[in-house]
Amino acid sequence: MKYYIIKRLLLTIPMLIGISIIMFVVMHLAPGDPTSMRYGLNPEVSQGARANFNRMYGLDEPLHVQYGMWIKRLLTLDFGRSLIDDRPVIDKVASRLPATVLLQAVSILLIISIAIPLGAAGGLKRGSFFDKVTTVFVFVGYAMPTFWLALILIFIFGFKLGWLPVSGMTPWYADYLPFSAKAGDLAWHLVLPVVTTAFGGLAALSRYSRSSMIEVLREPYILTARAKGLSENRVVFVHALKNALLPIVTILGLTLPALISGSFIFETIFAWPGMGRLGYEAIMNYDYPVIMGVGVMATLLTLLGIFISDVLYAVVDPRIRLGGE
Amino acid sequence: MRGAERVFLCWKRSLAFLSVAFFLGIDLPGYGAAVPRDSYVAGGISDARVLIPFLADDTASSSICELIFNGLTKVDKDLRVTGDLARSWKISEDGRLITFYLRDNVRWHDGKAFTAEDVKFTYEQILDPSNGSPYIGSYSMIREVRVLDEHTVSFEYEEPYAPALLKLGMGILPQHILRGAEDIRSSDFATRPVGTGPYRFGRWKNGEYIVLEANRDYFEGVPGIKRYVYRIIPDQAVAFLELVSGGVDSVALSPYQYRYRSRTKDFVEKIEKYKYPSHSYVYIGYNLKDPLFSDKRVRRALSYAVDTRKIIDSVLLGLGSPSTGPFLKGSPFYDESVEGYPYDPGRAEALLKEAGWEDTDGDGILDRDGVPLSFTVATNQGSRVREDTATIVQSQWAEIGVDAKIRVVAWSAFLDQFVNKKNFQAVILGWTTPIDPDIYSVWHSDSSREGGLNFVSYSNGRVDALIEEGRREFDTRKRREIYHELHGLISRDAPYTFLFVPYSTPAVNRRFKGIEPSPAGIGYNFIEWYVPEEEVKYKF
Amino acid sequence: MTSFTLTMKRIIFGIFIIAVMTLTAVFAPLVAPYDPLEMDLSPEGRLKPPSPEHFFGTDNLGRDVFSRMLYGARISLSVGFIAVIISVCIGILLGGLSGYYGGRVDALIMRFVEVMYCFPTFFLIMMVITFLGPSIVNVMVVIGLTSWPGLCRLVRAEFLSLRERDFVSSAKVQGIPDRRIIFRHILPNAMAPVYVSATLSVGAAILVESALSFLGLGVQIPRPSWGNILTAGKNYLDYAWWLTFFPGIAILLTVLSFNLVGEGLRELLDPRLRKRK
Repeated sequence: MKYYIIKRLLLTIPMLIGISIIMFVVMHLAPGDPTSMRYGLNPEVSQGARANFNRMYGLDEPLHVQYGMWIKRLLTLDFGRSLIDDRPVIDKVASRLPATVLLQAVSILLIISIAIPLGAAGGLKRGSFFDKVTTVFVFVGYAMPTFWLALILIFIFGFKLGWLPVSGMTPWYADYLPFSAKAGDLAWHLVLPVVTTAFGGLAALSRYSRSSMIEVLREPYILTARAKGLSENRVVFVHALKNALLPIVTILGLTLPALISGSFIFETIFAWPGMGRLGYEAIMNYDYPVIMGVGVMATLLTLLGIFISDVLYAVVDPRIRLGGE
Repeated sequence: MRGAERVFLCWKRSLAFLSVAFFLGIDLPGYGAAVPRDSYVAGGISDARVLIPFLADDTASSSICELIFNGLTKVDKDLRVTGDLARSWKISEDGRLITFYLRDNVRWHDGKAFTAEDVKFTYEQILDPSNGSPYIGSYSMIREVRVLDEHTVSFEYEEPYAPALLKLGMGILPQHILRGAEDIRSSDFATRPVGTGPYRFGRWKNGEYIVLEANRDYFEGVPGIKRYVYRIIPDQAVAFLELVSGGVDSVALSPYQYRYRSRTKDFVEKIEKYKYPSHSYVYIGYNLKDPLFSDKRVRRALSYAVDTRKIIDSVLLGLGSPSTGPFLKGSPFYDESVEGYPYDPGRAEALLKEAGWEDTDGDGILDRDGVPLSFTVATNQGSRVREDTATIVQSQWAEIGVDAKIRVVAWSAFLDQFVNKKNFQAVILGWTTPIDPDIYSVWHSDSSREGGLNFVSYSNGRVDALIEEGRREFDTRKRREIYHELHGLISRDAPYTFLFVPYSTPAVNRRFKGIEPSPAGIGYNFIEWYVPEEEVKYKF
Repeated sequence: MTSFTLTMKRIIFGIFIIAVMTLTAVFAPLVAPYDPLEMDLSPEGRLKPPSPEHFFGTDNLGRDVFSRMLYGARISLSVGFIAVIISVCIGILLGGLSGYYGGRVDALIMRFVEVMYCFPTFFLIMMVITFLGPSIVNVMVVIGLTSWPGLCRLVRAEFLSLRERDFVSSAKVQGIPDRRIIFRHILPNAMAPVYVSATLSVGAAILVESALSFLGLGVQIPRPSWGNILTAGKNYLDYAWWLTFFPGIAILLTVLSFNLVGEGLRELLDPRLRKRK
């Protein structure tokens, strides 16, 4: 296990280098630069001021020099400063990370607690009415343009009915509220973003657990269990479900990139102060250091997700010895 | 892209944002009553960046800086320059020395007294290139800032520079806090500023909101609203829903929201909408270096063929007014008597014919010597208004046999590949119109070098001379004459087809009283706004 | 078997919808009652609710939404198809090389696949579109260039098992060049998962285009795509519901159909499920 963890960690290094090079090249090969983004056609800003800006941030250096500087700083965990507001990238990302992690974690929990039972039950009663309905349900969830769904939900529940907040995470007057009210308020604000995120993410997991269930039910040991005369409940819950769940753990890690991809849109719609929005805004503003920071952070999160699911897999399935190969 | 809008539709509007007309005679409840009440929650699409006036280059940051800081001067509700931290000023005979007499009752939010040293310090910082102020160019003609005594400071210029009075409205920073600071840009001050303005900094939750608290010691009186909150809601459709459901008290409406979405009972009961010309205009610019457009008659014809009224009605749903020149509409420098190019396709066709353009091959497109009158109009991606305008202009030109293709390009690439390299035929773009009429950077032939803002390469000797004269002249009446003449000259040369000035259309919750729209907008007298006791929403 | 007929029903339903959408897209100029770009700027012409005259109403510039939807189908579907063609080509090529040769080639390609896997692709797509400019071509290419890793893995797995088979070794003995073995001998046998995955990806690509449109990075107006019609309508959610409803439903139905077909194919082609029928 220890060996596996170390190996995993070491593997992230070439991966980060690869990703950062891809991002660097995409950003810098494109026409345009942060200064024209920001000061282009602004009669108040002279050309000299723009050149000065480029010099201050090293944007006038050749590409490989800039990349070298970036890597060198990264070794000391310095992601540089934002071109937009001069704040350290690490601070900006850190201040936005909790909101994203909170939203994603709650969504994943919701997805797990809905998708697995739905899928497993569907697999168990394959072809039943329930199976058909849930299949359509999860497919529709996947096929729906998420921002459309988000807007519809905001419109109905936030605006027309007024049951839920329209947008935002913490209201500005939260500081004037007692702690319990604050927590409740946060939960309240979470409902719509979580529901939207989860609805779109149900499909993969529930389809997977459905087919996994179907497969497991055909295994000889289930047939044996049934032949032994064990109660159907026991067969299903103890033998089938447990074995069907094993491979599902691995797919969890893979849903993470999809969720993070979704966050770029959800966070913008719901005015959620997370990393996805930070990344989107950074791209729009050509804020190179922040783009790199968010990209690296999103990759790390994904790696972490995969890592956790690997470890979980090893924990639930004693046959697997990580790093044993 | 939102960045694009921000870049040119904003900046100096901020100067107009908060200026105060203080009528001693009128007793406004709340205002001056020493009990600020309630909170005002403004919704905006993006977060502030940096709360240092000379670094702020986006709407959010500048409008918040306006509440926290004061400059030497400001503009009043009618867009005239008036004193802010300066009680009055004197301009020397030769126009090169401006002496400001400062108020002596001003204190920083931390209680220290404001003095002339703060002024000198601030301008030293702006002029220090290592601070990276984007506005450094506006102050490059300052030769020296001298502190004459605690409340008197003078600015010596290389040569007379009339826009100086407005430019010196930049927010003043406290030298007692910042002196010796290593790097102002990244100091704590940039995120927790201390100023002299009507509101003091409260807290800033990145990406969510900024809270400002009323400054009860403000030198012009106590603001009527206890808190100013800026909430960030990136999506405009969602922001509107927040407005109507009460999550925010004010947002900028889109023309569609203004026209169609504001009729519901909920809206009418709770929200008041306003409209006034914004400080910007949208135009079609022709590359005068392109042989197609070197003939003035062609440009004039194209201008006559555009039905501005119809564009305003369809793109802005009537929320705009036609424009005929580069000056701020409603200011004394804009010459209302210039007729521009009222829609007249017949005249357009006649002019084109005169210039030799006729449809000889019967394909519906005019041609001359076998060359069709066909060109590309480029605009930046992300501006709905410009894209829709392009679509309509294209169809209007088609009616007189002019074939225009539309090309929509991402902002940065658009500037880099088309505008800066002068590698375009026609563009649809917008300019902000500064309150000061100096148009050197856009219209003087000197600004037509590569990268300059006169990218259409307009050059007219008389115009150059007038622009130079105008920026040396402090007398408003004389300046008026100069700029009126300029307005007529530019209109006749038609390097641009001036299209329209869009309206700003903010909406504000009705519980706020004391709002008086003026040419400067509605924000100029924010400290006089108040909420009647019984309507207060946020009681803490 | 009931589940078999159910699967077939779903596939047929999906294919039917896809066929209808594709046909309307191909014959849009014949079917469309109006020019999708023609505006009616009179106050009465704008934002007209659905009527026999305008089946899906008109938009803010008085354009016929039905006609725009038809032309939008062209763009949305071609984004989906072309993006997938690109991704399938890359996926097959790299997956084939990786699976066939194994060793270093495999290790290298798989490292690259892992990098692409761990990178939130949408972020990369947003970056590329922002920096290179939004155009229909860029959207297609970028979606194609970022969506191949899953497919690559599938192809590689198939190749790994197929290359040990007799017909491959006999082909090698005969001295048939590798290229020929890969494309003529192994590939046809490895296509089953490719069909499934490609079908599913078309739906995904259409969704990505609509998401990009929402951020202003999709196909550019005035050219209609379902995504940008939907996005343009979001400001009129209650005032003109038809502006968001029809494109939303069109995207939903189309993506749903591709998924039904893809999932159905998977069930039909999956040997483990098939054998026991």
